[in-house]
Amino acid sequence: MTLLDTVSPDLSTVAPAVRLSGVSKRFDDGPTVLDDVSLEVQQGEFVCLLGASGCGKSTLLNLVAGLDAPTTGTVDLPGGRAALMFQESALLPWLTAAQNVELALRLRGIGKKERRARAGELLELVRLRDAGDKRVHELSGGMRQRVAMARALAQETGVLLMDEPFAALDAITRDVLHEELVRLRASQRLTVLFVTHNVREAVRLGDRVVLLSSRPGRVAKEYAVSCPQPRRIESPEVAELAVTITDDLRAEIRRHGGQS
Amino acid sequence: MTAPVLPQDDLASLEAGLDALETHELARTPRWQRVLSAAWPPAVAVGLLLLVWELVYRAGVKPTYALPSPADVGTVLLDQLRDGSLLEAIGTSVQRGGLGFLIALAIGTPLGLLVGRVRVVRRGIGPILSGLQSLPSVAWVPAAIIFFGLGETAIYAVVLLGAVPSIANGMVSGIDQVPPLFLRVGRVLGARGISSARHVLLPAVLPAYLGGLRQGWAFSWRSLMAAELIVSSPELGLGLGQLLDQGRLLNDMSLVFAGILGILVVGIAVELCLFAPLEKRVLRRRGLLVGK
Ligand SMILES: Nc1ncnc2c1ncn2[C@@H]1O[C@H](COP(=O)(O)OP(=O)(O)OP(=O)(O)O)[C@@H](O)[C@H]1O
Ligand SMILES: [Mg+2]
Repeated sequence: MTLLDTVSPDLSTVAPAVRLSGVSKRFDDGPTVLDDVSLEVQQGEFVCLLGASGCGKSTLLNLVAGLDAPTTGTVDLPGGRAALMFQESALLPWLTAAQNVELALRLRGIGKKERRARAGELLELVRLRDAGDKRVHELSGGMRQRVAMARALAQETGVLLMDEPFAALDAITRDVLHEELVRLRASQRLTVLFVTHNVREAVRLGDRVVLLSSRPGRVAKEYAVSCPQPRRIESPEVAELAVTITDDLRAEIRRHGGQS
Repeated sequence: MTAPVLPQDDLASLEAGLDALETHELARTPRWQRVLSAAWPPAVAVGLLLLVWELVYRAGVKPTYALPSPADVGTVLLDQLRDGSLLEAIGTSVQRGGLGFLIALAIGTPLGLLVGRVRVVRRGIGPILSGLQSLPSVAWVPAAIIFFGLGETAIYAVVLLGAVPSIANGMVSGIDQVPPLFLRVGRVLGARGISSARHVLLPAVLPAYLGGLRQGWAFSWRSLMAAELIVSSPELGLGLGQLLDQGRLLNDMSLVFAGILGILVVGIAVELCLFAPLEKRVLRRRGLLVGK
């Protein structure tokens, strides 16, 4: 395990793409879900958020996406907005694949002709040019998530938030989409904040892995992933760091059982 | 020693392979075959029904004026068709039913949106609306006659009271069933207010709304017949309900049967030619129609 300062130093000179400072979140009278979370994601960085179920990962992403407001603290997005991808494909079933992508462009006020052309390009980018006229139910799970990726790219926010986007896919498809995401991230210079509870997936994808504690959610630990992309999920480097993180995650979870 | 990673075109071909494996085209049976397989069971059922009717008639359970034979009814039906009076009655009723339905649509849709989206309104008139839906609209006929007098207005009032709650309730239940995920997707994509309603809420509501329309039509048609049976005067055009009433006054069972058949045929025709295909199309586009 390498430490944080191995992240390339030139990144720290530019403003971060996402900055959470002292963010806490409670829903009504419920317990504190997030407690004093501070986190910066640099331009072009790929950060994986890892944590036990219910620790507040989705809540955190919703805050960054602007779907919800923090109870205290601030969320800064110097770029303005962020695109969000969900676990289920969340494509609108009354539209075709291409129309789903076009809707994102349309809501940005882009004209009809340009919309069509842009949607075609974006589908090409996720290698689904020929599937543009297909309805959502005619697409496989993996294809749906690629369309959802194209739709997120259509928002041109530069920041992509992903909430367990591959959790519902089979292992083979997931592996392929990992590669696809790494490729897109490099070619489109994306900043990615990726939520998962799959430790290997986090290490496979991220430049940095952030472990959240549960109840309340806090940043428990961070790990820089030093081995260069492209990596494979089966590789020993990935496995080695995954073992360390899994042990820490387990210790974190055990802490709750021991007290009550 | 990082294991080798696939070169890019290998990834492309791998993806293409996965895509091909995971999608399958549904072979669709030809249209005539589908029509045929849909048509024969009801045809057989109607045939059997006629047969039973004929047998009961032959057994002489009731005098002929009370239970005419299928052939008698057929003759009256043909006569009525030939001199145009049945078609005219159907025309009058369909016009009233159609217009009443359209007005109900224009009132019920915004009403449903309001009840579905505004909490205070829902608390206030939501229960009344669902209560009204279970009230047989024939109960409104006396009130409508006293209030509006014997005339078209009274008929339309009854039709509206029957159809508006169904249409509005369809909209309300549709709004309640919209997956919150879709609304969140809309917000993430930048849809707010009107654009969110237009691009997310309304399309998501469509199937349930269509269900409401279908029921609204059925209620319009039923209410209309109830109203026409009672609200009849020489100045009013002769609708199917009035035709029925005429048959009763003349003690002409064949005419009554012909009227009932007319009502049935219109109901089935609107269902088969308008609502069923519309609903099917919407559901198929969303992959909600399994098989077929
Ligand atoms: N809108 C809400 N109102 C009240 N409580 C909520 C709301 N959303 C989330 N919570 C609570 O906040 C906590 C964290 O939820 P969240 O969905 O962020 O967890 P998560 O880390 O994404 O979990 P998972 O891994 O299962 O997706 C949970 O205890 C949940 O019950
Ligand atoms: Mg979650």
